[in-house]
Amino acid sequence: MNPLISPPITANRCTSKGLSPQDLGRQLAFTRREFLRAAAGLSFGSGLMGSSLLRHTGIPVKRRKVVVVTFGGGARDQETFAPEGQENIPHLIRELIPQSAFFTQVVNRGILGHYVATASLATGRYETFNNFSAVPPENPTVFEYFRKDLKRPASDAWVVAPSNGFHRIGESGNRHYGAGLGAGVILPKRLLAAALSDSKPGEHEHLLRDNYESPYFTPELAGHEFELQQLDTILNLSASDFRAHALTLSSPDELSVYIARRLMKQLAPSLLWITMHDVDIAHAGAYSLYIEGIRRTDRLCAELWKTIEDEPEYAGRTTLFILPDFGRDADDDGGGNGFQHHRTGDASSRTTWMIAMGAGVRAGRVFDRPIQSIDLVPTVGAMMGFSPSLSQGTPVEELL
Amino acid sequence: MLPAELTADDFDGYPPEARKLAVGSLAVFRRLPLTFLPNLLREVIEYDLKFPSERRTIEKELANLNSLSPQEISDWFSAFEQIRLSPSLESMDWVSDPAQFVEQLSAYLWSSQQLDAFRSAAIAYGDRLRKTTPPESPSAPRLGIAVIGKDVDQYEKPVFQKLRSYGTYFNRIKPENGLDILLNAVTTRAKNFPVPYGHWYVDGGQAASPHPAVTCISYASLDASRAALSTRIRNEIEKPGMGPEKLRSVLARMRPEDLGFSKEGDPVLNRFQLRILTEGSGTQIFSTTFVQWTAREVLRRVQPHTLLVRFTPRQRQKPMNELLLANTASADLDPIGSLVDGDMGAYYNWINQRHMTGAEQSSFLAWFENHSQAVAIGPSMPRGTASTESATLASLLSWMA
Repeated sequence: MNPLISPPITANRCTSKGLSPQDLGRQLAFTRREFLRAAAGLSFGSGLMGSSLLRHTGIPVKRRKVVVVTFGGGARDQETFAPEGQENIPHLIRELIPQSAFFTQVVNRGILGHYVATASLATGRYETFNNFSAVPPENPTVFEYFRKDLKRPASDAWVVAPSNGFHRIGESGNRHYGAGLGAGVILPKRLLAAALSDSKPGEHEHLLRDNYESPYFTPELAGHEFELQQLDTILNLSASDFRAHALTLSSPDELSVYIARRLMKQLAPSLLWITMHDVDIAHAGAYSLYIEGIRRTDRLCAELWKTIEDEPEYAGRTTLFILPDFGRDADDDGGGNGFQHHRTGDASSRTTWMIAMGAGVRAGRVFDRPIQSIDLVPTVGAMMGFSPSLSQGTPVEELL
Repeated sequence: MLPAELTADDFDGYPPEARKLAVGSLAVFRRLPLTFLPNLLREVIEYDLKFPSERRTIEKELANLNSLSPQEISDWFSAFEQIRLSPSLESMDWVSDPAQFVEQLSAYLWSSQQLDAFRSAAIAYGDRLRKTTPPESPSAPRLGIAVIGKDVDQYEKPVFQKLRSYGTYFNRIKPENGLDILLNAVTTRAKNFPVPYGHWYVDGGQAASPHPAVTCISYASLDASRAALSTRIRNEIEKPGMGPEKLRSVLARMRPEDLGFSKEGDPVLNRFQLRILTEGSGTQIFSTTFVQWTAREVLRRVQPHTLLVRFTPRQRQKPMNELLLANTASADLDPIGSLVDGDMGAYYNWINQRHMTGAEQSSFLAWFENHSQAVAIGPSMPRGTASTESATLASLLSWMA
């Protein structure tokens, strides 16, 4: 069903809790911070401790790499950083958080649909297009700024995305950027469909379900030739090998991470964006599957970090960002249905977190001042040396 | 068209009772902002097929609106007046199809970054309305019951973690005939407090035969309707130009007979079941989602005196590699996952029950089917405590009463 539908105004659906959204956002941040203090023994930064670490890394800007992972589909505090949720994210808590700068309050003030919200993350502006339209972002993406300003080749910026609806996310419709300046986009499920193209029609329809927000629809793209070409020339992978490996994987996000690793090995792009979405099975209403999705994403994030550390092209020069595109509705908001959707626009669905780790990031710090999800692009721009001039966000000074 | 231009003829397409209601409130409708009125009409247009409690709620809301002076109307709706609308929204036929308008309005509010303002206005209106026309109190304290974990033999992790702090946790319940005991309790309440649609039993599988005074819905009884819906969706999405939002509109216009509900059946209940299947995300796929969403809608819409829900195993979500092998054998079940789903669903039932009138007097019981664990919540049950006392479910219910 359409996540953009807000509840109708009826007396028995609207409740006030006596707290403003800002209060609730701060409360969420407080919960995360207190938990992290107890769980990971981290110290707390302040807005004044910009460390200029970038200047002290010794890594030339040209050699710097950034990997962005969206912790797909949105996850709430109580299933992640709240005390009762910690068992679901052991890898984030034990392995990644101690090495990271953690931002406890990342607010998304835009539309809470996955494609449009991810596009907003990638442009640094709140995009306003219809979430279910196969349109490019209106504003230049981080990939276009990166490639145009730094004169980087197409092979240096890639997006790995879960569903066909994301196939336009690599480059915007902005006439000063756009065509030919964006990122290559790989849709792993499309690759798999191409590799399975000798199957009977409909045989893998369920597996290849495009997304969980509109589960009945898979936007039509052109034929499989492009995907087969991607497999062969970019990933250096035969269709049969790919198919055989896919048989060892349990979810679409595992497939995405497999493809991302392959890209890292073959092309070593300097800017890599990976969008997860297993968690979004929550839309089907089964809490156990939502939790499974979180646990899997937690594990996959740790695997990606390990790959970054192991790959010579990435080790020591890569900054990794992990952040959900947004949260999910609170349990007690009468207009929603708890974890299932992100329809209400309440504090729980708008407030989330961000991990930054790796090159240029001072580890073991927690920052609880509110930042916005659109601050990511200018922060990456400042780190890599390009200027996202049309972004509305502000560089996160604690990372610069 | 704007509300000020409304005439009685505009409601000619409404069902008879809804039309009468709308025409009777025409004067006040003309003074309401367009950002608000279609939301109200969305309820009014369904009046003929709404539950009695919903009808009374609409009537009271309209009576309140009709009693407001022009100055009071301005005061109540000033926040709605400040929300900007697009010309395309203003030109929609929001009288004939208010649900479609609300859907478009919602998308517009998101894209124009006015959702928060709308949300604040809606909450303030709801709070004010509740103060002016308080919702009905039940004629007897409400009782909610959730049964979870069918077919789970062993489960080592704790259950009812979220509920325990609200009541007393028991770990030596005698499970024999547990479901029958609970069903009998619902029947007894239905006989003692006869209220139309006041007592419900929702089952995720095949329902045990309840007393006629108990309104019953089960996942199994809707097998044919779910299959018909699935076929309809497949047919629709193959049509050129079809998309998620258009499909939603198609589903919203469906009638109970489209899914095979008998015309001889209860039209209100048929309509309700149709809505569960067409509006509830996942209700068509997972029985646990069906039960949770149905319970939510029963509590929100019907405000029942008694609600017993039973979560049963849903179909297992196959991992990707199994799907790749294209094993089309019939879907097996996932009892453990369904137990987790049901545990959360029970918590949501309790939250939703707690938001209703008479919450301080109402009780809630959650039981792990055929096991010894239960949580009892109510005025007589100490919060955040645990009891090792051996008891039957009948005893537990008597202590809660």
